[in-house]
Amino acid sequence: MSATQQPPEQKSGAAGSAQFSGSDSRKFNYFEPKGRKASHYEDMTVDVQPDPKRYLLQDWIISFADGTPTYDESWTKAQSSNWHQFRAVDQEWERTHYQRQSTIVGMITNVIENGRRAGAPKRFDKAWVKVLSDHLGAYKHAEFGLGTATMQAQRYGYTQMINNAILTNSSYKLRFSQDVTLYLGEIALDIEGIDLDAGKTHWLEDPIWQGTRHAIEAIMGASDFLEQYFATNIVFEPLVGELFRSGFIMQMAASQNDFMTPSVVSAAEGDYERNLANAVELFSMLALDQKFGEQNRKLFVSWMDKHGALAVQAAHQMQPIWSLPRVKVAQFADALELAKNRVRAIAAEIGFDARSTLDH
Amino acid sequence: MPDSLTLNKITAQRGMSISEATRRVADLGWTPSYVQEAMTFPTDYKIKKTPRDPMKQVLRSYFPMQEEKDNRVYGALDAALRGDMFRNVQPRWVEWMKLFLAIIPFPEISAARSMAMVGRLAPGEELRTGFAMQMVDEFRHSTIQMNLKKWYMENYIDPAGFDITEAAFGKCYASTIGRQFAEGFVTGDAITAANVYLTVVAETAFTNTLFVAMPSEAARNGDYALPTVFLSVQSDESRHVGNGHSLLMSLINDPDNHLLLERDLKYAFWQNHAIVDAAIGTFVEYGTTDRDKNKESYAELWHRWIYEDYYRTYMLPLEKYGIKIHHDDVAAAWDRIVKSNYVHLTAQFFSVGWPVNFWRIEAQTEKDFEWFEHKYPGWYAQFGNYWKWYEKLSHKGETNVLFNADTGYVYPHRCWSCMVPCLIRADFTYDTVEGKVYTYCSEQCRWTHKVAFAAEYEGRATPAMGRFSGRREWEECYHGWDLADAITDLGFVRPDGKTLVPQPHLHFDDSKMWTLDDVRGHTLGSPLTNFRALTPEQREAAAIEYRKGFTINPIH
Repeated sequence: MSATQQPPEQKSGAAGSAQFSGSDSRKFNYFEPKGRKASHYEDMTVDVQPDPKRYLLQDWIISFADGTPTYDESWTKAQSSNWHQFRAVDQEWERTHYQRQSTIVGMITNVIENGRRAGAPKRFDKAWVKVLSDHLGAYKHAEFGLGTATMQAQRYGYTQMINNAILTNSSYKLRFSQDVTLYLGEIALDIEGIDLDAGKTHWLEDPIWQGTRHAIEAIMGASDFLEQYFATNIVFEPLVGELFRSGFIMQMAASQNDFMTPSVVSAAEGDYERNLANAVELFSMLALDQKFGEQNRKLFVSWMDKHGALAVQAAHQMQPIWSLPRVKVAQFADALELAKNRVRAIAAEIGFDARSTLDH
Repeated sequence: MPDSLTLNKITAQRGMSISEATRRVADLGWTPSYVQEAMTFPTDYKIKKTPRDPMKQVLRSYFPMQEEKDNRVYGALDAALRGDMFRNVQPRWVEWMKLFLAIIPFPEISAARSMAMVGRLAPGEELRTGFAMQMVDEFRHSTIQMNLKKWYMENYIDPAGFDITEAAFGKCYASTIGRQFAEGFVTGDAITAANVYLTVVAETAFTNTLFVAMPSEAARNGDYALPTVFLSVQSDESRHVGNGHSLLMSLINDPDNHLLLERDLKYAFWQNHAIVDAAIGTFVEYGTTDRDKNKESYAELWHRWIYEDYYRTYMLPLEKYGIKIHHDDVAAAWDRIVKSNYVHLTAQFFSVGWPVNFWRIEAQTEKDFEWFEHKYPGWYAQFGNYWKWYEKLSHKGETNVLFNADTGYVYPHRCWSCMVPCLIRADFTYDTVEGKVYTYCSEQCRWTHKVAFAAEYEGRATPAMGRFSGRREWEECYHGWDLADAITDLGFVRPDGKTLVPQPHLHFDDSKMWTLDDVRGHTLGSPLTNFRALTPEQREAAAIEYRKGFTINPIH
């Protein structure tokens, strides 16, 4: 054996220790940033899921039995001239996601620990305790249904940006469904007589909740992943989710001596603001698409008709809950009108007409 | 303050037990009655038994735990910069990270997508929480790895190759092998893909070489960022192993599933071996400058992690459920590594093709030769001359090794199944599937394409099984192209418009770096296209000749 090569003279592997072609090319250069410079989120996300229309030289190399490739634009009826245009408004990547989720967990944990230590659950109005066990207990299943529907939907999007936005949506919904579950279990340690199984019984059997369950199952059962994402954030959340969380729980609780529940539930409102911003960004991009905008807008109206009808019915069936607290500080009709106005504003932002559902 | 008084005692209060919490969380699901969930990702398996979640974790504890792990990772990256890590890092090592980190974020995020597929299939809700955490874990892995890659790009001497990373991933003749890995997680029969191929084999067995063995080598080369990130990633894998095993246990008690399980364990083990050992074996053995003879070779690592840890303690116990384990394939994979030089032939192939890479590969030197001969007796006789040729031809202006007839190297066929070329020449085989001729690296890969990925398996209809598709032979994409034009089309050219991103050396000096002009005038060809053009008799004669292999000519 004999040595055949002199090692290069270079001593340092650090940036700037030599100047040569490409030595200052220190930005990902294969996509157009949305703004002047690429955000960290874009660097972490864009083009990780490849596309034969961009850099995927050999096309998808495995298909389903019917020839459908690993990712396919036909998995939604919506169409886009450029799926890659979408960027999530909340700009989440793993670090920011865990930071936010962990902060929420810490907030909720503190509220529950400090509230329980102060004996707060024992001072909840008794009628209110039953509302919590029966109806907040039922509602947690709706949140879980949205979490599993979006968990399913995150497989189908045509770009990494779309799928990751749906993935974090799922993560938020599943966390909140567990937050409520564990919260009820923990205050039950301090309040005698809470039936922790009552929520599921009401979810499955109580006429008040059957419209909601129907609406949720329709979202879970939809085979178009963007229909699921649309129905979750553009229809169900404002018409039923916010109606119950903000229009009922958060307005009523304080008057029933309960400061804990609104704090727990407030996390879901914060989550929704972000999920909604992402969804509006995506659906408005599709509604404004020069080639497919008109048919997308018609599609959104059809999704609104289908899921909106179920959501409005669900909302009306929930009306008796507003009569259950001993101290009544909020009216169902007001809350519903606010919810409808919210949907009108969202639809206007996206660019489609929701009147056929809401004014029915 | 009394000795016995602690903050915990002051603040402690009665809470829910972990088992009660997980039981309540698992009760969030229900069986829909108004609208049935669409079974959009089908499987030919039957799942009757509800899988259990062995981890018993809820999201309330998961998120803070993960944030803490992240804090350690990002703190370590900051510390690495303050400690001037890149001054002492070995460029030979970091160059291979341009390939590795181009590949790995897509398999990771594919694993997140695959949780959608199993999440709906498994009856009951207990394991759904485990799948949800794995989904978020994989989102973590994909983006934390993109962050690491960006960090290398910003701080390493030569960012070219990192700067085009995801574009290069879609185009390179090496990263295509990694895409076979990733698409295998999400396409075809949902259980085959997301349970057996991903969790039962890739995560349970091969992440040990990927995420444990490889980081150790990184540390030996002055790179302690990669171990920081990847050992943190690996700490999530135990949850995924648990998910996979739990779902496997719910399948295995139904004898109707055994035939498919045997098929999928065979396919998944062999293809993981073919892909992961080719790539990671090359990184560990050829990307290092550490030639300590006391450290384990990749073969020794494989024996520890795959043979002892996985085969003996995970696969063999499946036999008690009546599953036939393919012992012969495990032995064959081991033989390929220790007797047939699979890793060394892969490294040779990657280096032959350096002009169409997007990272630098420097020649192995005498110090390397000593170590290889010590760990793999007989290595020098087979590969010594090759690496001397490689060094000689690494100088700008030489006819590069890919087209230099003096070397004696014969460019290999591509395996239609694992996408790694047919490097162990004696094992080369070919077959006809649906009227077309295909080439394979091994009998197991021929079986995978022709028998496993089909509409029927041993007389049983398998309508959910996937199919191989696309332009799987990379060389066909540039058949008849001039090499310089192909490199331009690939985008593997530096910002000056002429200097190549890949280089066959570590000279960071424009005067020594190859340009398009240095590679122009050579025509790329597709071995498969040429093979198909032969008559059956000619084809068989060519196959016999191919199996004889080649000898690298002496260098003087």
